[in-house]
Amino acid sequence: MADTAGTTPTSRGEDVLGASGGSRTAPLLEVRDLRVHFDTPAGTVKAVDGVSWQVDEGETLAIVGESGSGKSVSAMTILGLVPSPPAVFPGGQVLLRGRSLLDMPEARQRKLRGNEISMIFQDPLTALNPVFKVGEQIAEMIRTHRKVGKAAALRKAVDLLGEVGIPNPRVRAAQYPHEFSGGMRQRAMIAMALANDPQVLLADEPTTALDVTVQAQIMQLLEDLQASRNTAIVLITHDLGLVASHADRIAVMYAGRIVETGTCEEIFTAPRHSYTHGLLSSLARMDHARPEKLEPIPGQPPSLSRVPQGCAFHPRCQFATAECTTEVPILVPSRPGSDHLHACLHSDRVAAAHSAPRPPAAVATARVETGVPPVLEVEGLVKHFPIRSGLLFKRTIGAVQAVDGIDLDIEPGTTLSLVGESGCGKSTAARTILRLQEPTAGSVRLGSRDVTAMRKEELRKAREDMQIVFQDPYASLNPRMTVRQILTEKYELLGGELTEDTIPDLLETVGLSAEYADRYPHEFSGGQRQRVGIARAIALNPRFVVLDEPVSALDVSIQAQILNLLEDLQREFGLTYLFIAHDLSVVRHISDRVAVMYLGGIVELADRDDLFERPQHPYTQALISAVPIPDPAVERSRERIVLTGDVPNPADPPSGCRFRTRCWKHLELSDPDKQRCITERPALDLADGSGRHRVACHFAGERQVLRG
Amino acid sequence: MTTLPPPTGGSPADTAEVAAAARPTTQAPHGGRRSAGPGQLSDIWRRYRRNRLALLGLGIVGLLVFLAIFEPFITPFSPFEQNLLNTTAPPSARHWFGTDVLGRDMFSAIIYGAKLAVIVGLATVAMSLLIGVVFGAIAGFRGGAVDSVIMRTTDVFLAFPLLVGAILVVRTFGAGVTPVIIALALFGWTTSARLMRGQTLALRESEYVEAARSIGATDRRIISRHILPNAIAPVLVYAFTNIGVVVVAMASLSFLGIGVPADIPEWGRLISQSAPFFQVPGKSHLWAFPALAICVTTLGFAFVADGLRDALDPKLRGRG
Repeated sequence: MADTAGTTPTSRGEDVLGASGGSRTAPLLEVRDLRVHFDTPAGTVKAVDGVSWQVDEGETLAIVGESGSGKSVSAMTILGLVPSPPAVFPGGQVLLRGRSLLDMPEARQRKLRGNEISMIFQDPLTALNPVFKVGEQIAEMIRTHRKVGKAAALRKAVDLLGEVGIPNPRVRAAQYPHEFSGGMRQRAMIAMALANDPQVLLADEPTTALDVTVQAQIMQLLEDLQASRNTAIVLITHDLGLVASHADRIAVMYAGRIVETGTCEEIFTAPRHSYTHGLLSSLARMDHARPEKLEPIPGQPPSLSRVPQGCAFHPRCQFATAECTTEVPILVPSRPGSDHLHACLHSDRVAAAHSAPRPPAAVATARVETGVPPVLEVEGLVKHFPIRSGLLFKRTIGAVQAVDGIDLDIEPGTTLSLVGESGCGKSTAARTILRLQEPTAGSVRLGSRDVTAMRKEELRKAREDMQIVFQDPYASLNPRMTVRQILTEKYELLGGELTEDTIPDLLETVGLSAEYADRYPHEFSGGQRQRVGIARAIALNPRFVVLDEPVSALDVSIQAQILNLLEDLQREFGLTYLFIAHDLSVVRHISDRVAVMYLGGIVELADRDDLFERPQHPYTQALISAVPIPDPAVERSRERIVLTGDVPNPADPPSGCRFRTRCWKHLELSDPDKQRCITERPALDLADGSGRHRVACHFAGERQVLRG
Repeated sequence: MTTLPPPTGGSPADTAEVAAAARPTTQAPHGGRRSAGPGQLSDIWRRYRRNRLALLGLGIVGLLVFLAIFEPFITPFSPFEQNLLNTTAPPSARHWFGTDVLGRDMFSAIIYGAKLAVIVGLATVAMSLLIGVVFGAIAGFRGGAVDSVIMRTTDVFLAFPLLVGAILVVRTFGAGVTPVIIALALFGWTTSARLMRGQTLALRESEYVEAARSIGATDRRIISRHILPNAIAPVLVYAFTNIGVVVVAMASLSFLGIGVPADIPEWGRLISQSAPFFQVPGKSHLWAFPALAICVTTLGFAFVADGLRDALDPKLRGRG
């Protein structure tokens, strides 16, 4: 199959850009018709296949795409970080102020790296060397490119750490990376990247590994630095929300090519490529009440060694015609002379579809059935992990207070979401409710039965009624069992009639073909694996299912498919969900009620729309305001509450209100009021007359953070 | 190329199917046939045979096993038959490898030695694997006091010198092949146990084990169906590497006179017998052939183990 790709027109994409960009002065960084291929035993993987873009001083270009779209490889190539072999570069140029980088000798390329162009990586944990002090690493970076003394470089490093907002930079510079939190590490990475005043900063998913409140801090920092230094930023991300608020121009990549490029407004308000349109309409939006259904892009991104012929997107495209299967569309201007380019043969139909009114959203009120006894009742649930010390006789010297007294009810057939940042205890709470971990204190009742009091065998049988779908579809299926074995195991363990049709029926219920039963997990994509995980959970009709971040490991276009499936199953089988998530947009879409957790406790609990439209707790407000909304118009008018610092250590939480150390409201209070936050832990009390909105804050009050 | 090849895929029916269910990204490697699992033999063999040395090793091991099974039919002479009138004769057409200090045919003795090596090697490794896997899995899964007791026991065995231990065992059970196997297994299971424990510790926390627990799996089932199949590969590879070590250890014991009885033509024994001739010119066949046999055997098993490690390692699975 590999030979068919020779028919790709190689130069036409470049022509278009040349026509529009040729008359100007040379841009700061320009990529022309870049191609990066990998020779593998399975065939040639065309990771980047004819990509052109440019970025100027003070400008932010966002390269958006799903995993495997080639967005990271194109950036790594610029820095010469793609190993060759296996990579080959059959074509293309990278020009920094007109100087060609790819054919430069390695020694000169090295001089550029970290000096004129530098990069911020996704994972700050692995990008810093654990055996050197942070300050030394930054100083090292300076000294490789400049003739500066050691002491002077170290002083500069301390200044830089201060500039990126690290408190106590002098002390921090002498610490090792493991003493930094995730957000702090990413700041240190940025300091290192900025050490030599680069002209271009390549940021590869700079905030993907971070919590939203920290993400907001980091993006704010990048914007401030860009404003003061006039740096060009190339932001590589899959997160359309982030792009809407921070990019000037956008290039959308699919299967190694740019399929659409234009300004932020153009892409979001008038997409012309079917893929862009599909991405935008498959997104759950936090500022929209639940529409009837998301509109996912069917199928999944192609493997780069087997890119479909013609337009790579055609197998998933609702507008595809016979033409699309043969002809590779080239980038053309959406209007004559415009810089908004798209590579879609049916841009007019995309435009029509995008401007057509979406099917009306269902009534925005949540399904609330008061008076019905709840399926699940959690009371005073506590889970502490003891910290032990000592070599032979281990003494308990403290406890990580992962979950510290939470109360929840879930009504039948509804979804309660538990949201919070990493380390807030939401996953531990879910596992403790299911008694996958033993609770330290508190009770859990499922219907009329007390789960916490069950004996081992009784609990084993009761698992029929309480199930869980895990976050990571790659880790939650035993790699050595076929799908049939994985699903059959549950019937063997819990009883239940297993006929010839059971497994095929189950697979079809979750949208998988019955013939997949005898395949192994590694033959499936992430989304399909998650469907298997869901099938395992819903087999034998459980009453209650925990969904532990079921879509956060999936690509944007796949998330919507899984969310829709979960909703369909809930409606069909009357399932009750406890949905664990950190992504508020998804939570807004799927929940009936939402509980916000911070450091082991629930700070606010309300019906979904109440919580998003009328948040009462300062933390909820900050959380909502930190989530970017994929709409530049909304983003510009919104007010952002940027929280300082990181989540405190759960082994040693602050006294009184646990949020007070990061609370924006706390800072505005008078001294006696502040004292109250410090000494008295607020209870989760009713916030209004409805009896359904509870908040744990002494000074709770509404603040509009969703819209401008 | 001027004409485009006809479009493949993308027919309306195909698109509809994609919309309904979505296909796996990785098609089955063998066209439409039933798919291969990560642990399936064909898959492992496909990766194994890419390693030339591993194939050579497999040839050596295959030859050894063949010799072990058909020993009585291959040996031109009885390996025990002495001819005191024709001792230490150099290789000839009649005695390919010459004769030893007792006038036995060296070629037959070496083949008989191969049979011993294979039996002792496999039996020892199988026994130490069984002990090691069981104790390692229990230690890793149970943790706490059980873990401490088992791991401290392995420490004791590791710290104990093999030779002293072997002398004790042989003194207890008398000389013979079985005591040698017992002695070697008794001091060889500890590394398997440690490996297995480490694997179990890691897998115990894995999501699919948690998933198994969430559908009501008992501890026994979790260990046997979820942990063991995923943990065993590195332990098996280690065990295979260890066969060579066991062969050398047995030869060492025999050389020192602790192992098999003196009249059995074991490789270590053969070398030991030839000790007075180490410096004598023209008699090097006495020790060279058994030494070579030990070398080839050790290398053969090492190559196989190396190939197996690559073939079983899930991290290398993506390479074609």
